[in-house]
Amino acid sequence: MLASRSWLSRPLHERSTRLFLGALIAALAVVTLLNLALPAGHPLHVSTYTVTLLGKYLCYALLAVAVDLVWGYLGILSLGHGAFFALGGYAMGMYLMRQIGDRGVYGHPVLPDFMVFLDWQSLPWYWHGFDMAWFAFLMVLLAPGLLALVFGFLAFRSRVTGVYLSIITQALTFALMLAFFRNEMGFGGNNGLTDFKELLGVDLTTDATRLGLFLATGVALALGYVLCRAIVASKLGRVCVATRDAEARTRFLGYRVERFQLFVFVVSAMLAGVAGALYVPQVGIINPGEFSPIFSIEIVLWVALGGRGTLYGAVIGALIVNYAKTVFTGVMPDAWLFALGGLFVLVTVLLPKGIAGLLGYRRPRRPPDSSTTPREAST
Amino acid sequence: MNVLKSLADRDRVFDFLVPVESPVDVRHGPILYLEDVTVSFDGFRAIERLNLTIDDGELRCIIGPNGAGKTTMMDIITGKTRPDAGRVWFGSRHDLLTMNEPEIASLGIGRKFQKPTTFEALTVFENLELAMAADKRILPTLTARTTGEVRSRIEEVMTTIGLVELRHRPAGILSHGQKQWLEIGMLLMQRPRLLLVDEPVAGMTEQEMERTAELLTGLAGQQSVVVVEHDMGFVRSIARTVTVLHQGSVLAEGRMDQVSLDPRVVEVYLGAEADEEVA
Repeated sequence: MLASRSWLSRPLHERSTRLFLGALIAALAVVTLLNLALPAGHPLHVSTYTVTLLGKYLCYALLAVAVDLVWGYLGILSLGHGAFFALGGYAMGMYLMRQIGDRGVYGHPVLPDFMVFLDWQSLPWYWHGFDMAWFAFLMVLLAPGLLALVFGFLAFRSRVTGVYLSIITQALTFALMLAFFRNEMGFGGNNGLTDFKELLGVDLTTDATRLGLFLATGVALALGYVLCRAIVASKLGRVCVATRDAEARTRFLGYRVERFQLFVFVVSAMLAGVAGALYVPQVGIINPGEFSPIFSIEIVLWVALGGRGTLYGAVIGALIVNYAKTVFTGVMPDAWLFALGGLFVLVTVLLPKGIAGLLGYRRPRRPPDSSTTPREAST
Repeated sequence: MNVLKSLADRDRVFDFLVPVESPVDVRHGPILYLEDVTVSFDGFRAIERLNLTIDDGELRCIIGPNGAGKTTMMDIITGKTRPDAGRVWFGSRHDLLTMNEPEIASLGIGRKFQKPTTFEALTVFENLELAMAADKRILPTLTARTTGEVRSRIEEVMTTIGLVELRHRPAGILSHGQKQWLEIGMLLMQRPRLLLVDEPVAGMTEQEMERTAELLTGLAGQQSVVVVEHDMGFVRSIARTVTVLHQGSVLAEGRMDQVSLDPRVVEVYLGAEADEEVA
C-alpha cells in the first residue's frame, strides 16, 4: 500500500506538475470569482454561459490528456478515442434520462420519451440499473474500459500497431456511430439523449449547478493529469517509451509488451469516458455525432498542436483549438476547417514540438549529482 | 473458447517468470556443453557434429569464415533454432533443447546482437534500469521504486561499461561504440551466467576497440563470455582460447598463437585473410 501511494504521489514533487496544477487551480478560482462576485453588467463578469463553455473545453482537455497518454508515450495513434468519450457520455446520458422520471413530454414514469414515441412497452435490459447513480458512474468507467480491453486485447495480441491500428480504431468509432444512429439500438437514434432535468437531485439549469459542473471538470482534469503523470513517471512509463521506440527489444528484456499496451490503453479509454460523462450534463445532449471519425481525428490534432508527449501540451492544444473554434464558427463558420488546417500546417512547419515546445520547457531530468541524494528516481 | 482460455491464462505466472536461485550446476566444470550437434537447412549442413565445451568463467573467441556456422551455433544455444541431432547442456542440469527462448534467457544466457538497439529517448541510467532483472509484470513495474540497491547495481554496471559521466544523457546521442557498451551493460544487468556476443567491434574505432577488449576481458571470471568476431587483431588482443569453426565443425582449438600456426587454419581462414590484406 505504501508503495502504491508513493508512485501516485510522485508527480506532486515535480516542478512541471506543480506549475500545471497551480495554473489550473488559479484559473478555476478566477473564473469562479468573476462569475460570483461581479454583477452581471460588469465588463469583467464571466457569464454562466461562458462558464459552461469553459467547462466543455476542460472536458476536451481531459480527453486530449487521455489521447496523449497512449499516443505520446506508448506510440499508439488512436483515431477512435471519440468512441470512448461518447460511451462515457452515453452512460451518463442514460442516467440523466432515468432521472427525468415522469416529467418527460409523454409523462411515462419509467420509459424515456423516445421509447414511448417508438411504442416500446418496457425498458430494454441494458437500461436497467441506470436509475442508480453509482451504477451509472461505474458504467462511465466500465463501458469504455471494457470496449478498450476487448479491442486492445485482440489488437495487441496480434501485434497490430502503427498505421493499421489507427485505421482499425477509426473503423471502430465509425461502426459504433452507425450502430448508435439506429433507433432499434435503444439509445435514442439520431437525436441521442437530451432534455435532461437533474443530476444527483440537483436542477441542471441553475447557475450554481453549472458552476459546480465546471469546477468538477476542473478537478477531474487535475486528477486525470496527476494519474497520467504518475504512470508516465513510473518505471511502467519508461517501459511504455521503450515499447514506443523499440518494441522487439522491450519484449527481449522480458516485458510482456502487449499487456503494458493493454493496461495503458484501458486507463486512457476510462479517462476519455470520464471526460465524456462530464461533457454531457454541461452541453445537455449526447448523440451519435460524438462517435464521428472526424471528431476523433480532431482530438489528435489538439494533441499534435499542443505538443505530443508532454501531457500539459495536450491540455494547451485542446483549450486553444477549441477556443479558436468557438470564435471562428461565430465569426465565419465556413472558414473554420480552413483555419484548423492552416493552424495545423503552421504548427507542423514552425513548431515541430507543438506549442509546448515553444515554452522551451523540457522535462526536468535528474540532476547530475542525484546519486548522492535520496530522492526517488524520476524523469 | 480459445480466446477465453488465453484470457484466463493472462493471470497465471508463467514458469519462466518465477525467479530461480542460481540453478546452474557447474560443479563439473563446463557451463556450456555441445555434443555432436547437427543442423541442416534444406539439405545444407550448417552445423555438422559440432562439439564445444565452455568452462565457467571462461572467455572464448570463436572465429571462422562466413558460413562456418557461428551465428547458427548461437541460435541453437539461445533456442532460436532446433538442431536435428545432438545434445546441448547448460551446466550439468539444464537440457537447453527442451527449453524455449525466454526460459533460456531467464536461466542466465544473455545474447548481444550485432546491431546495437538501445532505447534512444531514455537515459543511460533508465536503459540499464529497464534491463535489470526484476518482476516485470504490470503492477510491480508501476509501483517499482529505484531503491539504493538498484541504484548501486546500476552504478556498478555503468562503471564497468565506462558510461558513468553520461548517465543522464539520452542513449540516442551516444556514439556507436558507446551504444554497444550500453547494450552489453543492459545484458549485465540481467546477471547472466553466460554472455554470447556477436561481432562486438564491427564499425568501431581503434580506441573503442581497445575499450571493448578491456571490458570483455574484465567480464571474464565473473561471467563466461563467448565472442564471435571477424576482426583478427581484436581476437588476438582478448583471446585466451580460440575455437576455429569451418563448415559447421570445429577445425582447431587452443591458444591464439598455437591456432594461428595450424596449417589447416591458415589455409581456410587466416591465409584467406592474409591474402585479402595483401590484395
